[in-house]
Amino acid sequence: MVAKQDGSARLLKLLSTGEQDLAAQWITQVSAGLAGRISRAELDRELNELFTALVEALRAGGQDAHGEELSELRALLTELSRNRARQGFTPSETALSVFALKHVLEPVLEGGTKDDVLAYLRLSRLLDDLGLFTIETYTRAREEIIAAQADQLLELSTPVVKLWDGVIAVPLVGTLDSARTQVVMEKLLQALVDTGSEQAIIDITGVPAVDTQVAQHLLKTIVAARLMGAECTVSGIRPQIAQTIVALGIEFGDIVTKASLADALQLALKKAGVEMISPAGGRR
Amino acid sequence: MTERVPILRIGEVLLVSIQVDLDDQTVMNLQEDLAEQIVARSARGVVIDITAVEIVDSFVGRMLATIAAISRMLDAETVVVGMRPAVAITLVELGLSLGGVRTALDLEKGLALLGRSNAGRA
Amino acid sequence: MPIVANDDVVRVRRLARELAQRCKLSLVDQTKFITAASELARNTLVYGGGGVVRVGLVRGNGRLGALAVFEDSGPGIPDIDLALTDGWTSGGGLGLGLSGARRLVDEFALDTEVGRGTTVTLVKWAR
Repeated sequence: MVAKQDGSARLLKLLSTGEQDLAAQWITQVSAGLAGRISRAELDRELNELFTALVEALRAGGQDAHGEELSELRALLTELSRNRARQGFTPSETALSVFALKHVLEPVLEGGTKDDVLAYLRLSRLLDDLGLFTIETYTRAREEIIAAQADQLLELSTPVVKLWDGVIAVPLVGTLDSARTQVVMEKLLQALVDTGSEQAIIDITGVPAVDTQVAQHLLKTIVAARLMGAECTVSGIRPQIAQTIVALGIEFGDIVTKASLADALQLALKKAGVEMISPAGGRR
Repeated sequence: MTERVPILRIGEVLLVSIQVDLDDQTVMNLQEDLAEQIVARSARGVVIDITAVEIVDSFVGRMLATIAAISRMLDAETVVVGMRPAVAITLVELGLSLGGVRTALDLEKGLALLGRSNAGRA
Repeated sequence: MPIVANDDVVRVRRLARELAQRCKLSLVDQTKFITAASELARNTLVYGGGGVVRVGLVRGNGRLGALAVFEDSGPGIPDIDLALTDGWTSGGGLGLGLSGARRLVDEFALDTEVGRGTTVTLVKWAR
């Protein structure tokens, strides 16, 4: 226990040699590594907090990166890593915040006593552990972000929008697979009930290709909507998709298709009983 | 004990609201009762509300189509209203398209649909 | 559970619903599973002359699934391919019972022998 206290005290002494100077140099070094992508003031605050926490931890006798004395420091590092991950910094740039302190301390070695060198090595090991801790936290934060994005993508990629009283639309973007189509199908049909809409437009302008399966899913959605008492129009069929559909021999039957979303909307409004009058007084 | 589904009358329209899980015998009874009532009350339209129905299998689906065909012969239009999305998807997958049955999202829209088509006929 | 009377079809639906909910199937998948069970319960009654249904949860590929097995000792099905064809019926129905039910579930097995009976197995996996 005494030896531990003693060791910490030496580390502490190492850090307190010109404390202000050391922290300032540290900040300058980190700032250079991040190429000004974080404001100096913010970095100042972050690193000063870290420095204080490190000094406090050493004063409390902590030397183990996973020890209780360093919990405050770890909390600060966690926050820093998460922020860096969210702001799109690389893992190296994140760990730099910790490792730069080692570089700043190097001059101490010159002309230092044997005890100074030992203290430096011990502190260096502690900083290495903390650096690894930063990277672990960073990775975990990134994984969380990716998982959240995957969920959002499924939700976001299938918005059902209300265009008018009684008219809703789903603009489909990207490749349709069977799982996504099922989500789209259910969302569209539920939206018909929720909004009491009798007209729905499925816009496939953003769909790069239509194969038999996708066409099949579209047809089923439209038939299901009809069973519920609503009408669907498909819009945004590009020339090459029209060619594919015909070449595949897919029967669209009596399903209404329109070239553009605007045309489909005009048709849907007409069916919904809305009359459009231009400012000049003429009717469209 | 087989239940009978009550048939209500609003003006020239007969209204059937299905609230229970139908067994096949109840379905058959409903079909017979409706045919009788259409004639007895000289109805011009039939609205079948299935908002509360969680399952429509091929038997019930066939009943809906049959009722529509029978009532058309007796000069009445049939509208099925309130089909749930999950039921509609299942019917499509099952291969049942209920050809000849008119549908509407809810009771109000169903009645409006009957009103429009009757006005067209008059 | 035995299937011998008309209102047993309703009871099978109720049983299938409970199972589908315990299996945490999505609403649409629940509806599909119950509808398939309803079709097969009626087949068991009408064509198989009555029989039994057994239900349970199964686990496979880390997913939970709802399982229903319909068994009868009726006349059996002479031509399986024909019986699974849309629109073909031997009993005056729509001919969508077997073929439609097969489309509604993820796994469908039909085991039949003329004169011995028919067993149909359904599984719907939770996503």
